[in-house]
Amino acid sequence: MGILVDERTKVLVQGITGRQGAFHTQQMLEFGTRVVAGVTPGRGGREVAGVPVYDTVEAAVDKHGATAAVLFVPGALARDAAFEALDAGLSPVVVIAEHVPLQDGLDIAAFAAARGAALIGPNTYGLCTPAGRAKLGIPPGRIFRPGRVGVVARSGTLSYEIVAALTEADLGQSTVVGVGGDRVVGMSFVEVLKRFAKDDETQAVVLVGEIGGTAEEEAAEFAKGLDKPIVAYLAGAAAPQGKRMGHAGAIIERGRGSFESKRQALEAAGVRVASLPWEVAPLVAAALGRAG
Amino acid sequence: MKLFEYMAKDILRAAGVPVPDGRLCAGPEEAAAACRALGPVAVKAQVLVGGRGKAGGIRLAATPEEAAAAAAAILALDIHGERARHVYCEQRLDIERELYLAITIDPSSRRPLLIASAEGGIAIEEVAEKAIVRRAIDLPWGLLPYQARQVAGRLGLPGDLATSFADIACRLYRVFRGRDAELVECNPLAVAAGRLVAADARCNVDDDALYRQEDLPRTDEATVLERRVRALGLAFVQLGGDIAVMANGAGITMATIDVLQRCGGRAMNFLDAGGGAAAGPTAAALEALLSTNPRAVLVNIFGGITRCDEVAAAILDVRARGALTVPLVVRLVGTNEARGTEMLRAAGIAAFTSMREAAERVVALAREPLG
Repeated sequence: MGILVDERTKVLVQGITGRQGAFHTQQMLEFGTRVVAGVTPGRGGREVAGVPVYDTVEAAVDKHGATAAVLFVPGALARDAAFEALDAGLSPVVVIAEHVPLQDGLDIAAFAAARGAALIGPNTYGLCTPAGRAKLGIPPGRIFRPGRVGVVARSGTLSYEIVAALTEADLGQSTVVGVGGDRVVGMSFVEVLKRFAKDDETQAVVLVGEIGGTAEEEAAEFAKGLDKPIVAYLAGAAAPQGKRMGHAGAIIERGRGSFESKRQALEAAGVRVASLPWEVAPLVAAALGRAG
Repeated sequence: MKLFEYMAKDILRAAGVPVPDGRLCAGPEEAAAACRALGPVAVKAQVLVGGRGKAGGIRLAATPEEAAAAAAAILALDIHGERARHVYCEQRLDIERELYLAITIDPSSRRPLLIASAEGGIAIEEVAEKAIVRRAIDLPWGLLPYQARQVAGRLGLPGDLATSFADIACRLYRVFRGRDAELVECNPLAVAAGRLVAADARCNVDDDALYRQEDLPRTDEATVLERRVRALGLAFVQLGGDIAVMANGAGITMATIDVLQRCGGRAMNFLDAGGGAAAGPTAAALEALLSTNPRAVLVNIFGGITRCDEVAAAILDVRARGALTVPLVVRLVGTNEARGTEMLRAAGIAAFTSMREAAERVVALAREPLG
């Protein structure tokens, strides 16, 4: 059911005693996520929303057998916390924080690769498998519905917009993954697409990309060999060159990362590219109609 | 954060990379003095924007008088919208050959990346792909000298230059890591008098790591308005149209700007009010937007964590202070949507649930004649 997480996933929350950590732990629990433990160094022995808090990841994993981690720690502390989770063998490790220093992002990605762990983020809303009641991160739970559409995106609120429209059109989701808005992130579009390709529950994929980098072009290359329909939406058609559009990674620089380059690559690979956000759900419905 | 050339060169010099001797000059007299001390100089505009050479921002001067005249001319120039406040007068090099060398990141392999070319002095994106050597660098070990020597070999550099090239590459890599750079670039890395020297240098530092680079000098490309809104902790970029835009989340803000364009309008700005932004900063950001005299304002909120009634309260607060002088269109969806929409409607502000309708409406309002 879905990819990366399901109803068996036992979640550890790092930074659980902070304002965001505590709030989203409550939200994840309400969604049905199995949050088994939390960690905040120096706050061991407390409870947050009934979840026991430990000083170290090692102690929390020993006691509760957590399998995955969600990090609600500020960007400057993300490197240490992510290394701690990866060292304990957790996967996926979801780094929510924005403003993680780029060099720290490189280190985290290298360590995740060395440990063979799935790293989601930094600068992500997380991921959700609705049928498994598994939500690791911050998206509003009410927008999801179990179903057959896999969603992978760089942007959070744009994902919510599109997922809510899918749900309204009775197109439920297998898994929704936010890969993150930073220049260097863990799992890429291609790696998520590979998992959707192998996932029987996923019958169509929505890819929500934006300007900057080459992740969409690489996804297009992979899409050529994929037998499931993909619908894409790309943000940033009207964005100027050389300006960072909110996300660290959303910038057209040195002639790379333009909207047109991405659109052309995806369309050449047979991906249907919606030119407006509300066209995504109808295109998915049409694709599934044709496919099934 | 981009650094001026002279700042980048100070960093490279401290890291042991050969750079020409130079002086930072605020005006013609200082430029003349620099020339007297250094001999023939290149007088170079210190701007953050690229392409200064073609814009006349680099001039050669053999005498103090020429250096003064060059400095005066350069300081009066508009270089792609930027005006230099200083020139850098640098000992003139007798350049035999120009190479390219940079350390940056490769997002697809998530590793640092060395980029080199035997063709330097022009923008790397204009160099033929086959003339470029790329080498991804493994962490945590970093760039090892033999790897840099391999790159030098592929560039066809002879013995002495190859050794020096490898040494410079390893030093640049240490700057890249140690200074939290996104890019360290020598273009050109020149061969002069048989030696390699960084004739030009660029160093872009990661904004998110500035907190731990306290001793680095600071630069700021932002406009006054950009500074004002960013001071609220919000991502903001000026764009040039006449419809002010505020949305929550980078992707949805970009999409809002795209949708406006598709509907025949033009956004004045990119303003990401963030997911879960509080009413106070939201109101302050809206007031900053209104101060720039847009024809209309579009607020597009998909409230995941953001509460629609708080957004409505912020808008009504701005209106109560008399700051709402142009038509405002709001699209509100999400938590407490009905309540937020009703609060706005009661105050006579158009509130939509459809992004499309909101965009069409604001474009129509922006087209209406003033008055």
